[in-house]
Order: sequence, then C-alpha cells, then structure tokens
Amino acid sequence: MPSLKDLKNRIGSVKNTRKITKAMQMVAAAKLRRAQDSAEAARPYADRMNAVMAGLAGSASGEGAPRLLSGTGADQVHLLVVMTSERGLCGGFNSSIVRKARIAAQELLAQGKTVKILTVGKKGREQLRRDYGQYFVAHVDLSEVKRLGYVNARGIAQDILARFDAGEFDVATLFYNRFVSVISQVPTAQQVIPAVFEEKSVEGVSDLYDYEPSEEGILADLLPRGVATQVFTALLENAASEQGARMSAMDNATRNAGDMINKLTVEYNRSRQAAITKELIEIISGAEAL
Amino acid sequence: MADTLQFDLVSPERRLASVAATEVQIPAAEGDMTAMAGHAPTITTLRPGILRVSNAQGSQSFVVTGGFAEITQTAISVLAEQAIPVEEATGTVFDDLIAEAKSLAEIALPEDKAAAEKMVNDIVAMRHAAGH
Repeated sequence: MPSLKDLKNRIGSVKNTRKITKAMQMVAAAKLRRAQDSAEAARPYADRMNAVMAGLAGSASGEGAPRLLSGTGADQVHLLVVMTSERGLCGGFNSSIVRKARIAAQELLAQGKTVKILTVGKKGREQLRRDYGQYFVAHVDLSEVKRLGYVNARGIAQDILARFDAGEFDVATLFYNRFVSVISQVPTAQQVIPAVFEEKSVEGVSDLYDYEPSEEGILADLLPRGVATQVFTALLENAASEQGARMSAMDNATRNAGDMINKLTVEYNRSRQAAITKELIEIISGAEAL
Repeated sequence: MADTLQFDLVSPERRLASVAATEVQIPAAEGDMTAMAGHAPTITTLRPGILRVSNAQGSQSFVVTGGFAEITQTAISVLAEQAIPVEEATGTVFDDLIAEAKSLAEIALPEDKAAAEKMVNDIVAMRHAAGH
C-alpha cells in the first residue's frame, strides 16, 4: 500500500506528463495545419505534371521510349525508398510504413530478387536495421530541415536518378504514409521508376498540341522532374501524416493521463480517509479504555 | 473570341499567379515566344529566363529556372521548377543559381556538358535582363 506522500508524488508526476502531452498535441495540431497547407499548395503542380506526362507517355511508349518510362527491361533489382519521420512519439506512424516495406522486401527476396533500401528519416532506419541492415545503400537525413522544400525532394530524386543511370537498380518504389485524416493515414507503396500512370489518361491528348522541341525531348526533360515531384508529394503527405499521427497519439496520451489522475486521486482520498478513520478509532478506543 | 486568357503560374511549393492576361512572354527552350488568346495549343519546355505577363492592369515579371508551359487557346499554365517575382530576385539569388548551374556543369557527363553550359549562359543572360 503506497503511502499518502507516494500517491501525491505520483499524481504530481502524471499531471506533469499530461501537460507535456497536451502541449505536444497542440504543437502537432499547428504543424499539421501548416503541413496540410503546403500539401494543398503542391497539388496543382503535381496534378498538372501527371496529366501532361500521362498524355505524353501514352504516345511515346514502345521502341525508343526513355528508360525512365520503359524500364531497363529487367525486374531483378528493386530499390525501396522508405520514408519515415525523424522523431518518435507519433503512434504507429513509423511502424506502419516499416511493416509495409518489410512485407514487400520479404516477398521480393522470396522471389529471388535483389533488394536495396534507401531510408529517409532515422526512425525507419532504426527499425529496419536489424533485419535488413545489409541491404541499406543510402540514408537521407532530414532532421536539420525546418521546413520541407522542393530542394529536399530534388536532392533525393537526384540521388535516385544517379543510381538508376549507374544501373544500380531496375525498379524503384516509394513507401510513405498517405494522409487521409487526423485519425487515418494509409501506408502506401508507389512505384516511381519505371513511371506508371493511372489508366484514366485521356487518349489522343497529345495530338492536340504542338511540341517544342519535340515530344520525346519534352518527355525526357519531364520524367526526371516527375520523379522529383512524386518524391516531393510523398514527403509532404508523410509530413502531414506524421503530425496527424502525433496529434492523435498525444490526444490519447493526454486522455489516459487524465484517467490515471482520476484513479490515483480516488485512491489518494480513500487512503487519506482511512488514515483519519484509523486515528479516530485509536483516540476513541483510548478514551474508552480509561 | 475573348481577348484575354487565363494565366496560371505554379511552382512545386505554391501557386504564384492566377490572373487573366492579354499576353504572356515565355522563355521557351528554343527562344522566347509570346502567347496571346487563340494561340495554337502547344507544350514547350522552359529555359531559365524572364516570364512576362501583361494585362490591362500592367505587367508582372517572374524569374523562372526551368519547367514547362502548356498553352491552349484560352489558358496558359506554366509549371516552373522555381519561380520568383522579379522584384524579389536580388543579386544573391542569381549568384546562387549561377553557382549551382556551374557546379552541375562541372560534374556533367560529356554528352550533357553542352546542355549544362547552356544553362549557365542562360542564367547569366537572365541576370542581365533582370538588370542586376
């Protein structure tokens, strides 16, 4: 049975914890709004980019298509780009991405393919190191980045493209969390090289336009940009998801701390009452004994 | 036919402009072109240069470093990798761009060398055009 003083200390410490989680929740809420805004602001660019590329890709596929579009012709070496956060305390955010990447890696290895892993964000790297450490090829550290910019995405994309040009892999897939709402983030695997487009691309859109310099020239110019854009979108979605996940995790923590405080307070009051009753009984029985 | 067209300038990070314009001067890959309403539908890549939008209220200029433009009869969308209003583009912005382009030109493969050097020259020319 903990003493009154112990109980009081514990209530105090849980109250402090609650203050911290509450503050973290509010910070995450503010950051979430900003992350959502930048994800929103990036959407027109990405949408238009995809639309134009899909139109061009439809007409340029076949012989002589750029390798970024048609692939290397092989399907042997897979590059998994696992994007996670730099900080913890965000619920299942990192674990869900890592789980998805792990399943994909297992499947590929079971099929006898070669797997290479490029990690973005240290949390995923830590979780994957034990089982898949030998497949790591590179790591991108974004912990110094205050505000995600296109520059960051371009850096990652350039790294990926340089590896592709050097023939280090055949297929690249991004793993990140797509933001649906504060309580729901969907771990997503998205193949970026060779480029895939949704089927909804309009047929024959390319006939409508004049191209300068040429369709192939434009496509060759756009595909690397497309990779950077997709990486950027993924980074932004991930950032918004991270804050969303942290917000709901901290909301839960705050609520749990509240419950715990209530329980401890009841226990504290009960023991205080018991102590008073005990003293009274001692006094009364002492008086009766006289 | 309407005498204005809808002009949108977006960079990956934000939408910079969405206005009605009478004419838009675009630094296309193979030379500047000016598009007005009713222009033949065209898709072109951009070289680093100054993008000028004119409408009844006057004209606005932007420094763009690359990307592409989609022109239809009634609208122009410019997707620029990097776009800065000309008023905000100071000497240091250009210095950074030139330094970046130069470092890229140095590590470029032989077959890309010419393109990378053209990039440097384009940016230097753009700097002069912007009056720095």
